[in-house]
Amino acid sequence: MAYVVTGIFLVLTGVFFAISSSTYLETSIGGFLQSGSIVLLLLAAVLTMRLIAEERKLGTMELLLTAPVRDSEIILGKFLGSLGILTVMLALTFYYPLLLMIFGDPDMGAIGTGYLGIFLLGTTCLAIGLFASTLTSNQIVSAVVAGGILFALWFIGVAANYLPEKLGEVINYFSLSYYFPDFVRGIIDTRGLIYYLSITALFLFLAIRSLENSRWS
Amino acid sequence: MIRVKNLTKYYGKRLAVDNISFSVEKGEIVGFLGPNAAGKTTTMRILTGFLAPTQGEAWVAGYNVMSHSLEARQHIGYFAESVPLYTDMTVRSYLEFLASLRGLDKNRIKTRIEDVVEICNLQEYIDVIIGKLSKGFRQRVGVAQTIIHEPEVLIMDEPTIGIDPIQVAMTRKLIKELSKERTILLSTHILPEVSMTCERVIIIHQGRIIAEDRIENLSSMVAGSKRIQLEVEGPSQKVTERLRQIKGVVRVRYDGSRYTVEYPAGQDLRSQITQAIVRSGWTLLSLESIEMSLEDIFLKLTTEEETNQ
Repeated sequence: MAYVVTGIFLVLTGVFFAISSSTYLETSIGGFLQSGSIVLLLLAAVLTMRLIAEERKLGTMELLLTAPVRDSEIILGKFLGSLGILTVMLALTFYYPLLLMIFGDPDMGAIGTGYLGIFLLGTTCLAIGLFASTLTSNQIVSAVVAGGILFALWFIGVAANYLPEKLGEVINYFSLSYYFPDFVRGIIDTRGLIYYLSITALFLFLAIRSLENSRWS
Repeated sequence: MIRVKNLTKYYGKRLAVDNISFSVEKGEIVGFLGPNAAGKTTTMRILTGFLAPTQGEAWVAGYNVMSHSLEARQHIGYFAESVPLYTDMTVRSYLEFLASLRGLDKNRIKTRIEDVVEICNLQEYIDVIIGKLSKGFRQRVGVAQTIIHEPEVLIMDEPTIGIDPIQVAMTRKLIKELSKERTILLSTHILPEVSMTCERVIIIHQGRIIAEDRIENLSSMVAGSKRIQLEVEGPSQKVTERLRQIKGVVRVRYDGSRYTVEYPAGQDLRSQITQAIVRSGWTLLSLESIEMSLEDIFLKLTTEEETNQ
C-alpha cells in the first residue's frame, strides 16, 4: 500500500512539477506543492485507513489492546509509522529542487518553507486519517470519513470568501488551506505553524479517546 | 493468581456477565465451561484488559485489571479465540514483534523465540509467512505468542477449536505441560476437554456461574442417584416390570438393548437386581455402574437452571 501511494504521489506531483517549470518557466516548486497538497489530502486518507480499522477487522486489535502498552503508545506508534512514509514520500521529491538548482537559480528559502508547509499539512492529514480509522473496522468507511473531514477543512477556506467578511475571516482560521500558500511563498507564519500542530494534536487526542472508548462498548 | 469479584458486563442493554465471582489459585488449571454466548469470552476479555467491566473488579497476579492494567497485562499470556495473527508476517517476525510489544529485550527475544518454537514444534516453519500456514499451525503460532514472555497466568479462550483431532491432542498435551509452572484459565464448550486437562471447573451459563468445584466433587454433588446398566436375555416388557418391583428402584429405562436402572445414591441394589433376574429364569449378560459424565452434569445444571426461571 505504502509503495502504491508513494508511486502515485510521485507520478502526479512530477507531472505538475514538469508542467509548471516547462510551460510557465517557474524556477520554484510552487507547482509541485500546490498540486501535491491536494493529492496529499486524498492519499493521506488512503494511507491511514487501515491503521486501526484493519487491526479491528483481523482481530489483532485484541493483541495490541491486551499487550502492556498504553493506548496513547499504540496511536503514537501508528502515527509515527505513517509519518515515516510521508517523510520518505517527500524525500523522494528532492530531485525537483535539485533540477531547479542545476538549470536555474531558485529561491532556496521558499523551497525550505514550502517543504516545511507540505510536511506540516501532511502531518495534520495523517492525524485526521488515523482518527477516522479508529472509528470503524471498515477501511473504506475510514477512508471516506477521513476524506470528508479533510476536504471539508480544506474547502471551508474557499467557501469563506463568499461569506460576510468577519465570519469568513473566522472560518478561514480553521481552514487547512488558509495558511498553506504563505509557506509556498517562503513565509513562516507562526499562526500556521500553531494551527497545523494543534489540529494534529487534537485529532491524535481524539484518536486515543476513540480507542479507549472501544473498551467500554 | 486470578480473582474476580462481582463482575458484571452489559453490552448496551444486553447483559453478558451477571455478577460473577471466582478465583484461581497459583499453579491451578481451571476449566471455564459453558455453552456458546455464556459469557466466557467476555469474562476473559475483561481479565486481559481488552474490555472494561460495567461493574465489579478483577485482579490478575495481584494487580487490579482496571487501575493497574499495564502491570496485570505484563503477567498475562492471552490466547484469543479468533487466533489473531498478522498473516503477511513470517512466524519469526510475528513472534519478534509480539515479544518486543511486551517489553522483552533483543537477546531475550532471540532465546525465547528458540524456546517457544521448540515447545510448539514450529522449527521448520519459522521463516514461513503465516498466511501460508494451515489452521493447525496457525493455532500453534498463537500458542507460541501466548507464552513468549513467560507469563505467570495463561488465559486461553477455546484453544482447541477448529483443528484436527491430532492437533487437538497435541495442544492439550502442551497445555498440560505448561500448567506445571503456570496458572491457567481455559475456556471451552467441549466437555471432555475439561475432564482431560483441568483440575477444577467453573460452569457458566447465561452470564452466571452455576457450579464451581473439583471435577470429582461435582459429579457426586449432582449425582444424588446411582445408575447401573444391565444386559438381560428375556422379554423386555416383563424384565422392565420385574425391575420396577424391586424395592428402592426409582426408574427403569430400556433403550432396545440395555436397561438403565436408577436408585438413590448410598444404596447398593446390585445383588437384589441380579437375584431377581436369575430367579425369574432370565440370563444376566452384563452389569455395570455408570459414573455421571461431565456432559450429564452440564446438561443437568443448565436445564435445571432453565426450569427454575
